[in-house]
Order: sequence, then structure tokens, then C-alpha cells
Amino acid sequence: MTIGDLTHETISALSSNKLRTGLTMLGIIIGIGSVIAMLAIGNGAQSTIQASIQSIGSNLIVVSPGTQRAPGFQVSAGRGSAKSLTLDDAQAITADVSNIKAVSPEVSGRYQVTAAGTNTNTSVIGVVSAYIMARNLEIDEGNFITDQNNQSGSKVAVLGPTTRDDLFGAGADAMGQKIRIKNVEFVVIGISKAKGGSGFSNSDDTIFIPLSSAQRYLSGDQYVTSISVSAADANSTTQVQQDITTALLNRHHISDPQLADFSTLNQADIVAAASSVTGIFTILLGSVAGISLVVGGIGIMNMMLTTVTERTREIGLRKAIGAKSKDISTQFLVEAVALTFIGGAIGVFSGWLISFVITRLGVLQTQVSIGSILLAFSVSAAIGIIFGYYPARRAAGLNPIQALRYE
Amino acid sequence: MITIKNITKIYMSGETPFQALAGVNFAINDGEFVAIMGPSGSGKSTLMHILGCLDTPSSGNYMLDGTDVSTLSDDQLADIRKDRIGFVFQAFNLLPRTTVLRNVMLPLVYAGIPVEERESRAEAALKSAGMDEGHFHHLSNQLSGGQTQRVAIARALVNNPSLILADEPTGNLDTKTGEVVLSTFQELNRSHGCTIVLITHERDVAEHADRIITIRDGLILSDEAIHHA
Repeated sequence: MTIGDLTHETISALSSNKLRTGLTMLGIIIGIGSVIAMLAIGNGAQSTIQASIQSIGSNLIVVSPGTQRAPGFQVSAGRGSAKSLTLDDAQAITADVSNIKAVSPEVSGRYQVTAAGTNTNTSVIGVVSAYIMARNLEIDEGNFITDQNNQSGSKVAVLGPTTRDDLFGAGADAMGQKIRIKNVEFVVIGISKAKGGSGFSNSDDTIFIPLSSAQRYLSGDQYVTSISVSAADANSTTQVQQDITTALLNRHHISDPQLADFSTLNQADIVAAASSVTGIFTILLGSVAGISLVVGGIGIMNMMLTTVTERTREIGLRKAIGAKSKDISTQFLVEAVALTFIGGAIGVFSGWLISFVITRLGVLQTQVSIGSILLAFSVSAAIGIIFGYYPARRAAGLNPIQALRYE
Repeated sequence: MITIKNITKIYMSGETPFQALAGVNFAINDGEFVAIMGPSGSGKSTLMHILGCLDTPSSGNYMLDGTDVSTLSDDQLADIRKDRIGFVFQAFNLLPRTTVLRNVMLPLVYAGIPVEERESRAEAALKSAGMDEGHFHHLSNQLSGGQTQRVAIARALVNNPSLILADEPTGNLDTKTGEVVLSTFQELNRSHGCTIVLITHERDVAEHADRIITIRDGLILSDEAIHHA
């Protein structure tokens, strides 16, 4: 039998019962399609989460205050609510720890903010000039908070683009306008560039003011709510984190690290944790899709076995006119593989389409990888061969006399 | 040229052995038209299967064109069937939803005949079997019984076999159509020199052949020449 003959036989066999062929193929289409779509969603989720963590800042270590745990009974306030970090701690980190790019002490809180008849409730962060470097923030208009602003405790503010839109209307010119935070008047001196709202804090919906002003007019004390430290490069984050811990323990006269009144969080840890979560998520989605692929394969086997039974006389005739067992088994195997391959191709397309629609709807940025398409194709070919083999063997093994007499 | 010597066939039906053929001997020359006749259970179907190389005898020799085919493997038997034997079945056994021409070309596919040659050979075989050219591209299930059997005859002819085996070819046809099919066989035998073995249980049908071998209980009862008027 030539390849042309095999192709012709396969097409006429598959088109002789189009509904059954279509339904059987549907199993493979759903299987392959869901594998492609699920892997695309998983990969997309993973990179979205990683990107949003990266957008907080690069190689960032965040020092937050914690409760001091003295021996014996005590009432513990929530982590982060304690006031144990000061501007001096930040200066000590700058002085004692090497491989640091920027140290940014911050005082943050949520306040009601008013401007020319409108008002909004948003987060206000007291910052120093190093904030911009630690948090990868860019300025769209005007200037960011300078060291000069901090020394003089000036009442100036830089708005995130979302806050600007809320207070002054979308795209309005807010430069030089006045806003009131907790009834204190601040002058807008800059607008930050949109970063895309995501992660733990949305820098687009934030007002930045000098740290000294935040302490004086808003929080009313000399503490800071967190210190962000940007390490020089990714390799030094662990060393920087350890050195910060040592330096602060010394400053706070705490000998047992278990009793530290602060905590440090390494961005690399967050990325690793998030990656492992999304990795498990991807495996979970992929294996559910894989199960449906196997079910599709069983559907193929079921159809092929039915076909062999239905076409018993035809097989008998083919053998009588000189077909060898190999000719018969090849014919049925090619039929099964063609079924899974066509189903696989449609499945790849529909999986891609689902991913595309999800991306277009803005639910999630999905990524269809070449690897998952190759995987889906090889799996569908393998399923065709595995689930087609037994029916093909059964067809080839039929005795021509009995097959011809089969009713 | 067919020579059969002391052919026996024993089947196991459950625990008990059943002897379908109990030592059959005959020879058929090239160009003969022979009918093998017998009631059901006589062993004629078993004999047909052995003659058609679909089955091998339990003992004895079967020489086909000088080859001893009684000891060949399944694949070797398939080769013999492909090159030297054409079958016509009672139930026609055409591929459904397939054109007349493609049905006739099917043996050529397995014989590895080049695609260009297939169509002309199939057309020639269909003409020899008395098929009208207008039906060549019809689907096999659109034909009448008589036409269907002619297509089956053309399929048996297309490989120029040494032997055409017809197993109750008129069994599913009315008398008149059956008569037409039988005269087609006579025509093929006389003008094309085809060797034909016709298996039947009806004497009326068997009498269309030139020689009748009657078989009963696995043995040859008689072997007579028929003189047509």
C-alpha cells in the first residue's frame, strides 16, 4: 500500500461516520486544548506575579517593626504595628552594612485627602529621596521629594497618577495645586509615572511627602513604619539581610535573634514562595487537563474497537484478496493516529484561542509556549499509537474465513 | 493447474474432533470450469477455503501452479491469494460508500500495481464482467444485486488470477439475475480461458459448468463431465 492509498483509505474511513469521528475527536480536542490553555494560564500567572513583585523594587529587603517578645506573659500587638524603628536605625544600616544601593525609611498611613471640593481616602507615605531608587519609581512631571524638603520639613507632595485623577480629574494639571491631608495644606510638586497597580502596595494610588513632614504633621512621633533597603545586586541580598539583622540587634541591645523587635523580608524569598505556589498551580491545572487527554484517548480506543467490529467482513475481504496482517494493522493504526493528530491540531488551535481570549479580556496575561504545543502534539501522537495499537492488532489477527462469515 | 492429493481437514469443535474432509483427490486443468456440489455440511466450504488458500489442510498436498501451498505461512498464503486467486462471494462483499471503480482496484492496491495502471486494468475487468461504463463511478450500494455481483466478478478478475473461486455466487440473487451471472462466468471461461471453480449446493447452478465434482461427508461421491447442448 502506498502512502496515497493509506491517506485515501483513512479519509474515507473517517468521513464515513462523520458524527462519530467528530465526537471522538472532541475528546482529544478538549484534552489537548485544555492542556495548552491551562499551561498558558499557569505560565501567565507565574510571570504576572513575578513581574508585580519585581515592580516593588529590585533586590529589595523590607525591614518592618515587630513586637518584642520578652520572656514570660505579655500581650502581643500585631506584627508591624509596633513602633520600634527610627530614622537612626536607617542611618545605622547605611553606615554599617555594605553592598547597599539605597536605604529608604518610610512612614505610611491612610488619610482622608481633600482638594478643591473633591476628596479621597488614600495612602500617604513619608519618604526620603532614596525612595525613588529603592522602589524603582519614576517621575512623570516636576520633581520628587528632595533631601532639602526633608531638612526643612516642607509641606510639599508628589501624587501618584491615580490619586491625581481622583482629586483633579483624569489627566488634569495638578502641578502647584494645593491639597489638604489631615487638614494640613501641601503643595503638589510632582506626579509619579504609572507603574501598574499590583503587588502589595499600589504606588499609583499614593501621595508621597517628606518623611520629616509626615512625622511632624501626620503620625506625630519619631518612628518609621518600615525601612526598604535595596541591595547592590541579587547575589548580595542574603548577606545584606543578615548584616541588617546583626546591626539592628546590636543597636536594640537584643542578644537572642528569636526576640528581635523587627523582621526582615527578602524580596527573593517572596518571589521564590510565589513561584513555588504558581508552579504547583500549573502542575495541578496541567494534570487535570492531562486526565481529560487520557479520557479522550480511551474514547479513540473505544471508537477504533467499534470500527474493527463493524468492519469485520471488510477486513475478511481485504485479507482474502491478499492483504497481509501488517497491511491491516497499519491501516487501522494510521486511522487512529490521524484521528488524534487532527484532533490535536484543532485542540492546539482552540487552546491558543482560549488563551488569546483570556488575555484580550484582561483577566490574565497568558503565555502559550512552543514547548507546550510540541508536548501536546507528541502526547496526541503517542495516544493515537497507544490506544490505536490494540484495536489494530485485533483487526490484523482476525481469521479471514471467520471474518468473512461475520454477521 | 491444481492437483489435490489426499487432503484431510479436522476441526476441533469443542472437545470432539470433526472431520470435514476425509481424503480428497482431484486435478483441475487450466481453462476448466468446474462445479463443486454438495449439501451443507458436506465439506464443500472447507474445500473451497483450502483451494482459496484461506486455510491449510490437516494432511495431504495441494499443488497450485507447481507450488505446494499446503505448508505455507499466513503471509505467504496472502501473497498467493493476491497473485493467483480471485474470489466471488455469495454476499458480494463490496466496500460500501465506495465507487465501483475503487472496489475493483482494491486488489491492485495490495498487489503494488502503480496508480496510473490501476484504473485502466479495473475498467478492462469491469468490461469483461459485462458492466456498463455508465456505472463505473457509482457507489457500490447504489447498484442492483446482479450489477453488484458483476463488480465482484470484475474484482476477482482484475489481477489475472490462475483460479477464480465463486462461492454460491447466485445464492443472493433471483433466478433470472443468477442466470445472467452464470452466463458471465461461462463467457469468461470460453472467451478469456479463465479457470473457474464454482461452489454450490444446487444442481441447476452446477450444470452451467463443464464438470461437476459432487462431495458428501468429506469424500468425493462423483466426478462427471457435462455436455452442453
